[in-house]
Amino acid sequence: MSILVLGLGNILLSDEGVGVRIVEALEASHELPGDVEVLDGGTSGMDLLDMVAERDCLIVADAVNADGPAGRVIRLENENIKMLFETRFSPHQLGLSDLLAALRLIDKAPHRVVVIGVVPQNLSLGLDLSPAVASGRDAAVAMIVDELSRLGPAPTARLH
Amino acid sequence: MTRITIDPITRIEGHLRIDCEVDGGKVTKAWSSGTMWRGIELILKDRDPRDAWIFTQRICGVCTTVHAIASVRAVENALNLEVPLNAQYIRNMIVAAHGVHDHIVHFYHLAALDWVDIVSALKGDPAGAAKLGATLSDYKANSIPNIRSVRDKLQTFVDSGNLGVFASGYWGHPAMKLPPDVNLLAATHYIQALEVQRTANKIVAILGSKTPHIQNLAVGGVSNAINPDSQSTLTLERLYTIKALIDELGDFVHNAMMNDVAAVGALYADWTQYGAGVTNYLSVPDLPLDTKGTTFELPGGYIPAGDLSKFQAITNYQDAFFRDGVKEAVKHSWYEYSGAAAALHPYEGQTNPKYDDFHDDGKYSWIKAPTFQDKRAQVGPLANVLGMYAAGHEPTKRHLTKVVEVASKVAGAQIPLSALHSTIGRIAARAVRCAVLHEALQNQWQLLVDNIAKGDFRTFNRPVFPKGEVRGFGYHEAPRGVLSHWIVIKDGKIDNYQAVVPSTWNASPRDQNDEPGPYEAALIDTPIADANLPLEVLRTVHSFDPCIACAVHMVDAEKRPIVQVKAM
Repeated sequence: MSILVLGLGNILLSDEGVGVRIVEALEASHELPGDVEVLDGGTSGMDLLDMVAERDCLIVADAVNADGPAGRVIRLENENIKMLFETRFSPHQLGLSDLLAALRLIDKAPHRVVVIGVVPQNLSLGLDLSPAVASGRDAAVAMIVDELSRLGPAPTARLH
Repeated sequence: MTRITIDPITRIEGHLRIDCEVDGGKVTKAWSSGTMWRGIELILKDRDPRDAWIFTQRICGVCTTVHAIASVRAVENALNLEVPLNAQYIRNMIVAAHGVHDHIVHFYHLAALDWVDIVSALKGDPAGAAKLGATLSDYKANSIPNIRSVRDKLQTFVDSGNLGVFASGYWGHPAMKLPPDVNLLAATHYIQALEVQRTANKIVAILGSKTPHIQNLAVGGVSNAINPDSQSTLTLERLYTIKALIDELGDFVHNAMMNDVAAVGALYADWTQYGAGVTNYLSVPDLPLDTKGTTFELPGGYIPAGDLSKFQAITNYQDAFFRDGVKEAVKHSWYEYSGAAAALHPYEGQTNPKYDDFHDDGKYSWIKAPTFQDKRAQVGPLANVLGMYAAGHEPTKRHLTKVVEVASKVAGAQIPLSALHSTIGRIAARAVRCAVLHEALQNQWQLLVDNIAKGDFRTFNRPVFPKGEVRGFGYHEAPRGVLSHWIVIKDGKIDNYQAVVPSTWNASPRDQNDEPGPYEAALIDTPIADANLPLEVLRTVHSFDPCIACAVHMVDAEKRPIVQVKAM
């Protein structure tokens, strides 16, 4: 089973980059099984087509515009993701929805798509996450580890 | 009179808003406004100049690589640091492969649907489309079964009501003019191009260690270790994998894309009359062939008022004509300069935001207005191709001649070179540049392999930062045109950093003399068949390849939204 964990966001705009910060934290804290790849996708769209093509499962970490306090983590899967695109939860939805549509045209879309999103607080210029969103990042990492454990061999925590 | 506002939804690379006044079926006045402030300069201040490229890569999601390249060149320029030949060739291959990728994606996936009607393609006949393809080239993927399978797939998409990427199209618009078989052939290549662009991206990924953010750059060279015998480095095996990918790309670029662009250009020949705008063209030389940046595979320079005989070459990384020629004005931008100067050189550049509101005759954009030799200038593939042509660059002449020949054959009339100063000309020039870049990619691969065969494995020269102040600029002919980064370093730390990006040149507002920017000037006199569906405005703006997605809000004189159409 081929799995891609894709972090999206702009790290120059504080919490906007939480998706990228999540995949960085995941790689730093866990040893991942061989069939799991992690990618910092930044704010790219079509440039990611090659990496996303022919995956069994795509797990996207991103900032999402949802109800609830900053740092809240939400999980969306398959059918619900359409809603994500229609209501523009995520600032990167244009790139990602176009990418998935393009992959469907060449029959190489992932069989399963899961979005792990964190509600941001501060989108101004800066490199650091706000404290609430940093907690959300850690909760999102734990959620992705659970997700991966259900799909195949569990990631193992690195000893520091 | 109708006012059209094209205002995008949030997109993180930056936003673009276009306003047009339409009178008598034509655009009479236009404003281009960037609506997101970029503050990279503020993030970089006081940082280590060796790290700047890692941050500048994040300015934009479409053009990551180009900001990394321009940044290391700026620091190297400030230090007078030479770059080993292998490092130049490896960077050049990344630049060329990225450019080919970008141009393919632009034509097929961002611009083609302004000209190609997907719904009409469903009425096309696979045999007819294959026959048409065969008259243009011997591209083997133009087979009847291939084309039929694409038509069936499109039919399934349309029947499902879930048009996905095609939902934004202006199907059946009166300005759509291609016959069904041409639409079907182009739609077939649209889908094939999705696979082909993966090939180009793989080259960047192998050399750059990763995409979309390459990891292998360093001030002073690249971090790729070269050892023909070691598995962990750039081996001969990897180099030959890259060679196979380059060859695969070439088949599509030369046999499918070049002809598609020529055919679309010929069948929309009326669009060679619109969209010229600013005809002062600026480009820079790229793909350096020595360690100092004094010889280049691709020439560049300045053409005033569209007169190729007045071409002035920019010749090296110290070029004073370029260095001293760039200024930025903020009379119509949401900034203020301290001091009396109406325009500042990037070394003296200031980023002091002063936002109020959109004023037609005052400030209306976050983009500054750059000038070259105090004049407005258009940048991008058209400027680059015209510059290379004027410099006598043989591959450019050959590929440009070929596109014009195919277009003339399809149109049944000789198309003059002057037709390039137009909306269609920008699209044709991008295809020519794609073919030139592909050929350059092959050359750079050979240069690298030959240099390694001589026993030269060097890829890095260590930078040394002096006490006191040094200044440098790095330029790069990026897919959207001239990109320059300007750095002032004090005691080894960044004191000032300014990026003058291609969209700053093309999408900028009026300058200190109220002269319009290239988008604004190009839109004047564009015909509008239906103000509620301003496909024609999109054609001209998209021909510049703005690296943003946008939504179109149509507003009437009272500025009430009438219709909103998402467009790429």
